[in-house]
Amino acid sequence: MIRHLIPTSVAVCLGVAALWQATDGLRAITAEGARRVQVADNPQPVSQVMLETMQGDWRALHGPSPTLVEFIYTTCPTICQASGGDFAELRDHLSQAGLSVPMYSISFDPEVDDLSALQSYGELHTATGAPWTIARPVPADLPQLLKTFQVTVIPDGWGGYEHNIAVLLIDAQGRFAGAFDTRAFDDIRDAVEAAL
Amino acid sequence: MIRLASAAAAFLAACLAQPWVAGDPVVHVLVQFPLLAAAGYLLAIGQRVPPSLTGPLLVVALTTAAIWMLPRSVDAALADTGWHLAKFVTLPLGFGAPLALCWPTIGPILRGFLKAQSVSMLLFLGFLYTHAPVRICNSYLVDDQVRLGLGFVWAALALTAIWMIPVLFGRMPEIAKEERYEFSRHG
Repeated sequence: MIRHLIPTSVAVCLGVAALWQATDGLRAITAEGARRVQVADNPQPVSQVMLETMQGDWRALHGPSPTLVEFIYTTCPTICQASGGDFAELRDHLSQAGLSVPMYSISFDPEVDDLSALQSYGELHTATGAPWTIARPVPADLPQLLKTFQVTVIPDGWGGYEHNIAVLLIDAQGRFAGAFDTRAFDDIRDAVEAAL
Repeated sequence: MIRLASAAAAFLAACLAQPWVAGDPVVHVLVQFPLLAAAGYLLAIGQRVPPSLTGPLLVVALTTAAIWMLPRSVDAALADTGWHLAKFVTLPLGFGAPLALCWPTIGPILRGFLKAQSVSMLLFLGFLYTHAPVRICNSYLVDDQVRLGLGFVWAALALTAIWMIPVLFGRMPEIAKEERYEFSRHG
């Protein structure tokens, strides 16, 4: 009996440990969930890049204050339009709480999204340029940006893309420190306050 | 000899499917995964192991299966080289082979439980992938996610048919030799 029980118990312990490891302590079963858990635990440095904003000027992605980022493409018919609306609500929510941090909607399709496309997306969603603006990186910086923020973009076969959308927080030390649902306004406000 | 050749053929077929797995989750999860598991199963089938290893082998197989059922593992196998290689090692040697080794000494009640579990788990995954309000895998489109969900349901139906049909025809050869079921007797 014992002879049978010991090897099985050892295997069960190892199995539980493996499952614990594979799910970040039962906290994440999807890649998107894992991204959120892992950056919250271990903020990752973000290399500095310049973004061209819809106003036509160039700004550094992160500076001395925390920064909120989301990735979009302006010709997106669905999720980016919803998240554009959510980002506007988030801006209002933060300003009511007395917080004003830079917010960027960054296009991952900079070849197609020219300045006028960025402007009309901004206009549609009431982005005025401060604190929230629409921006695009130079194409050469894009792969690194997507990799750092673990954004997966795949063609949808209809000329558009599907991608994982979230509000991403860069803290005051220039580290990717949080990823949130686009409507998790209270969580985002708390995280911004903690990162100040 | 035929057994080893079939194992090699299954493994080769799984490797040949690789160019399509990034674009189609059905090929990835419902064609390549089973082929890799089958390769390990065929490699080990018929080999004898001491009865004391039945429990540990079953646990290894179930743990490996559980890890590969996680959507993030499916994503990681596409995005990360380590996970990509681990897929080709752990599905045959961590799932297929241990299952083949422990199956002959598993008792009929546990067998029935495992079969019922695999059908209900496939139906659960089918429901999850067809009804999830979000994309479960970053690497795949929503439409493909739904197709994969329906694929899980078809797989559940296929397994049910395979396991039920012999019962309907009155042939239940597996319950013939009671003395072989070491694991049931010893706990």
